Amino acid sequence: MARHFDQSLQDVKKLLLEMGARVEIAIDKAVKSLASLHVPMAQMVCSEDQKIDELELQIDDTVAKLIATQQPVAKDLRLLIAAMKIASDMERMADLAVNIAQVTIELKENNLGLFKELEDIPRMAKITQKMVHDGINSYIDGNIELAKSLAKTDDQVDQLYFAIIKELTAYLPGSNENAEVALKLCFVARYLERIADHATNIAESIVYIETGKQADLN
Amino acid sequence: MNQLAISVQDLNLYYGDKQALRKINMEIEEKSVTALIGPSGCGKSTFLRTLNRMNDLIPGVRIDGEIMIHNQNIYDDEVDVEMLRKQVGMVFQAPNPFPKSIYDNVAYGPRIHGIKNKSRLDEIVEKSLRGAALWDEVKDRLKDRATGLSGGQQQRLCIARALAVEPEILLMDEPTSALDPISTLKIEELVQELKKNYTIVIVTHNMQQAARISDKTAFFLNGDMIEYDNTDKLFSNPQNKQTEDYITGRFG
Repeated sequence: MARHFDQSLQDVKKLLLEMGARVEIAIDKAVKSLASLHVPMAQMVCSEDQKIDELELQIDDTVAKLIATQQPVAKDLRLLIAAMKIASDMERMADLAVNIAQVTIELKENNLGLFKELEDIPRMAKITQKMVHDGINSYIDGNIELAKSLAKTDDQVDQLYFAIIKELTAYLPGSNENAEVALKLCFVARYLERIADHATNIAESIVYIETGKQADLN
Repeated sequence: MNQLAISVQDLNLYYGDKQALRKINMEIEEKSVTALIGPSGCGKSTFLRTLNRMNDLIPGVRIDGEIMIHNQNIYDDEVDVEMLRKQVGMVFQAPNPFPKSIYDNVAYGPRIHGIKNKSRLDEIVEKSLRGAALWDEVKDRLKDRATGLSGGQQQRLCIARALAVEPEILLMDEPTSALDPISTLKIEELVQELKKNYTIVIVTHNMQQAARISDKTAFFLNGDMIEYDNTDKLFSNPQNKQTEDYITGRFG
């Protein structure tokens, strides 16, 4: 039997898809703006964050109305609870992308340049973007295996993070310009690492939807 | 785990050639609320009525298997069915007060069971009406006709009437389906009060009601008990696909 509820659920999924696509773009642009010190691109990441915030509110609102009017149970209920959690995770990811974009703007404002070409940070960004992408797809398709494998990728992100921190701390002693830039890049690495953690949360939400059990995937 | 109030073993029920219940096994704890859910014709009301042998009254019904209450199979020949129905009371879908006064409705059962003493009857009537959360609303008009009460009050009167013979188990067959939301809420809250002293088994078509008021829920389909589990588990993460499809409204 086709249910009105299923249509509403599709609407929630569409909103999440749009949010996910925007978050992926935000991460991509934030890191690219940093690598090229491209301020307009960084500013775009900041200004587009508002749309992502609005999407989160829209998802919360839709879910609250569905719970109030349809009294969903079982998997229907889990899908909705997870949708709210995923939206919240994505909203945080977008904020972290803004934090990265702000580093670009600060560097430029203070006339600071990168002392070397970025390698590991863009690599980290690529992996986290893929994690976000897989997270949303696993929600849409109910693909628990994809969710679990994306959570495993978080280890790669963590390894890159520690490698970056180790490399950058070499620049920290002293108070020259390089130290200041290195410190900011450490923050960027930290932001990306947090984004990957939120992607792992999404994977855990998928396991919850499909099995009804809370999972700790990392 | 509490003591068992009811233990059902391999219960089959046939209406003539048609099997209406298939191999039902179920244990119901004392002082708990058990909800029976399922689409119309699934056997849930039939099952409820086996618990105090109300099906005995229907011609052509055949039952095998056991229903143990206090280590006694209630289908044994020596069981006194009237005593069984005193022990296992019942409240029906539509409130069905006798065309008598409020007082006489409640005193009816105790009188049948031989209580004549006026002050003893007064005591039982007050206690039962209090137990059914109706006393404050009717204490000044106990001699009024019960049929003058509102639907919700009539249903609580029927509960008081069931309580008056001091049962251990209360069976409720869709007790709120004819009531407005406020009266429904009162009955639901009353059920929560009653379970402190009674074991309650309730048939309901309102799944949210089952979710709200019961400790355990059994899902019936086509005469089979498909799933029986803690209510929060059954409604949040049912183990059976058919249960999931039913409670999420995919069929039925």
